[in-house]
Amino acid sequence: MRSGFLKLVAENLTIDRGGRRVFQDLSFAVERGEALVVTGANGIGKSSLLRTLAGLVPLAAGTLRLDGGLPDLLPQEQAHYFGHQDAVKPALSVSENLQFWQSFAAPCEPDGFDGGRYTPGEALETLGIGHTAHLPAAYLSAGQRRRLSLSRLLITPRPIWLMDEPTSALDKASEQQLLGLMNTHLDNGGVVVTATHTDLALNQIRTLHLQAGDPGKLLQEEAMS
Amino acid sequence: MSGWAMALFKRDLRLSVRIGGSALVGVLFFLAVVTVIPFGVGPDLNLLARIGPAILWIGALLATLLGLDRLFQADREDGTLDLMMMSGRPLELVVLVKCLAHWIATGLPLVVAAPLLGVFLNLDPVSMGAVTATLLVGTPALTLIGAIGASLTVSLRRGGLLLAVLVIPLAIPVLIFGVSSADAAIHDPVPFLTPFLILCALTLIAAVVGPVASAAALRFSSD
Repeated sequence: MRSGFLKLVAENLTIDRGGRRVFQDLSFAVERGEALVVTGANGIGKSSLLRTLAGLVPLAAGTLRLDGGLPDLLPQEQAHYFGHQDAVKPALSVSENLQFWQSFAAPCEPDGFDGGRYTPGEALETLGIGHTAHLPAAYLSAGQRRRLSLSRLLITPRPIWLMDEPTSALDKASEQQLLGLMNTHLDNGGVVVTATHTDLALNQIRTLHLQAGDPGKLLQEEAMS
Repeated sequence: MSGWAMALFKRDLRLSVRIGGSALVGVLFFLAVVTVIPFGVGPDLNLLARIGPAILWIGALLATLLGLDRLFQADREDGTLDLMMMSGRPLELVVLVKCLAHWIATGLPLVVAAPLLGVFLNLDPVSMGAVTATLLVGTPALTLIGAIGASLTVSLRRGGLLLAVLVIPLAIPVLIFGVSSADAAIHDPVPFLTPFLILCALTLIAAVVGPVASAAALRFSSD
């Protein structure tokens, strides 16, 4: 395992949603080059955990910080969130969609992380939808929309990728390509946190298995590889 | 305007032009409201000229409310709003830029249409000019105040009606000073500038309070 400075640290995270405690006292740390795979049954709180890391769900208790990141920015401002919603505007063309996100989202490249800046055209070519660049996004298939949404992660360098079910709506070939991109991101010194039901062939995997426990929820963390 | 704000501004303008011509719908609604009034009050030209500025202002208020519910809702439904909160840009400024684009797409056409609709209400050129000027400085305040309602109702499927109920009381001061400065232009002893400057001040206050309150409501609704 490479020693790195970049480290996403969660301490005693506790989250309430809709008046119900989702989990409490969850602690973990992910270093650069590592992927944290969050597994568990449906409704156990995987998506809630990812949305919490993305700063979209307020913490009831606990702290979240990114060691070695840019000090002026919050952890979520150094992260990409790739969730169930594609954030694609059907009325805009594919390249307009992408160019907006390139100009709008602030890039973030702390020391020890190399984002490998793609231009929008290169990102679309890499994901195999370069020929759709001038089409309105309304004409894309579900898988193509998904890939357009994914290309957002390539054009703005940010060290943390939060991916909720990243392989949904993707075919086998695109899934392999996605794994390749995730591995490249890890090799560049990034961090991936992903919630998934399928086995992902990533380089440095740690698994966080969420499971219902007796009064609240019990958590097991195990390190693989 | 810095690069990201310009990109957001252009995107919002492009979207509002491409989807359903929201500007045209607002102006048509404005036209419908203003045309209906003479049928209601009867063919008394003096009466129409006297209440004309108030009718134009109420029509503009209702037409503004009509388009406000989509200000944030479309972005929330497809997940864009989540990403905007993570974008590393101040949410207050994001709201301000979105309001500006929304006003140019829906508020400015109302201002442009006002002199024409003034003809329907037997307004003389002076009061036509006065109403147009007050709408020009006053309608941004309606959009900015409306943004608070739009962000409070962003997660509701049918939030438009609730939005109107929330926003109309807050918009009353704008309406009062808008109509009174338009009236002051016609009736000599009252100075035009006093209520007009208060109207300008209300817009400036709304430009500060609106985005701050709206951003707070949006943060709260992201859960």
